[in-house]
Amino acid sequence: MATLCVHGPLKAQAGGRAEHELSAATVGALLAALEAEHPALRGWVLDERAALRRHINVYVNGERGGTDTIVSHGDRVEVLPAISGG
Amino acid sequence: MTELVLGTKKGLFVLRGEPGSGFGVAARHFAGEQVDFAVRDPRSGRLFAAVGSPFYGPKLFYLDDAGGEWTQAQGLELPADGDQALARLWIVTPGEADGLLYAGGDPGVLFESRDGGASWALNQALWPHPTRSEWPPGGGGLCLHSIVPWPGDPERLLVAISAAGIWITEDGGRTWRTGNRGLAARYLPEEAQETAIALCVHHVERSPVQRERLFLQFHGGVYRSDDAGQSWTEIGEGLVSDFGFPLAVDPADADSAYVIPLRADVDRVTPEGHVRVFETRDAGASWASRGAGLPQEHAYLTVLRLAFDRVGRDGGLELYFGATSGEVFGSGDAGGSWFSAAARLPPVFSLTAS
Repeated sequence: MATLCVHGPLKAQAGGRAEHELSAATVGALLAALEAEHPALRGWVLDERAALRRHINVYVNGERGGTDTIVSHGDRVEVLPAISGG
Repeated sequence: MTELVLGTKKGLFVLRGEPGSGFGVAARHFAGEQVDFAVRDPRSGRLFAAVGSPFYGPKLFYLDDAGGEWTQAQGLELPADGDQALARLWIVTPGEADGLLYAGGDPGVLFESRDGGASWALNQALWPHPTRSEWPPGGGGLCLHSIVPWPGDPERLLVAISAAGIWITEDGGRTWRTGNRGLAARYLPEEAQETAIALCVHHVERSPVQRERLFLQFHGGVYRSDDAGQSWTEIGEGLVSDFGFPLAVDPADADSAYVIPLRADVDRVTPEGHVRVFETRDAGASWASRGAGLPQEHAYLTVLRLAFDRVGRDGGLELYFGATSGEVFGSGDAGGSWFSAAARLPPVFSLTAS
């Protein structure tokens, strides 16, 4: 099991909970598993092609990752919007 | 009481007031978020907001009860096995059947809803159109920004894409053909203009009382069609500039339309620091400036393609437009005189009046 953490509007879409214990082999599969549990999240982090949205960053145990990054038992995966805007 | 619904860079604003007076902010939604377009469906009272988050992608929300919760509409996405994702929602337009609405977006896509806007489906004929690889994006993306129903017939529809020109269906969206004859893209070499599909249409409106009559603001040029968009006649002579984005038509008079010229594509502000709306009452044969009450000195405003609307008709025709400066101007006498409806708002991307 890994811990997937979402914040702000993503937390609201994910049932109001920031931390989610999920099992999956990669970040992409972990995010898909969270979408399956909380369909309201669909399209917010991954687009319709299951690609990570451009201004969303994912960190696995503090290291920048992507949808193909391997996830192991006990890992902590943080989903964060980029610092940008105007 | 007139209601204005604004999509702005920092949220959706609902303004209410009477012509000639300042409008009050009745509500603000999606604070801090970019609302690319907002409109109230006059049939259901449902309020729509196209929210364009750079982080979480474009989303459409709707609200039925002013004190209620926004609900995210479903189905506004491209095929999962494609190489593109929906980049932006530009417009939502009520159709000509109960519960029928259309939405246009980037990359040049049309969606349809049959249940009042809760669920949507991609138009499956325009999306894989064989010419799509020749459609270049304009400065704002490959945006489907104008959706023009045919009053009384839900099978007939015209849409405009920047920069892929006019598309017309007469079978409810199963097949599409172009409607570009007469449009001249001055930004292309002369020999390429005849067959060009890269046509940067900025906005199109149809006359409700003469359905074959349309007015079009082009990327350099104002046009009129008398044959439902098959062909176009240039009518920009007499304007201070024929570049601009929005236009509005008089719903009671097919010969009357309004444009807000900007200086040029390289300087997209009101010309010479004067804010002027130009009106034709003879189908474009002549134009008259309508600037009384609008800023006439050092005013360099940009008015975007979906930030100009009208409500009422005949003696009670009201006109309203918003600028990226955050100002909103209105006229309660069909452009004869203007007043400041609001100021110091965020940059206005869209304005709809009811």
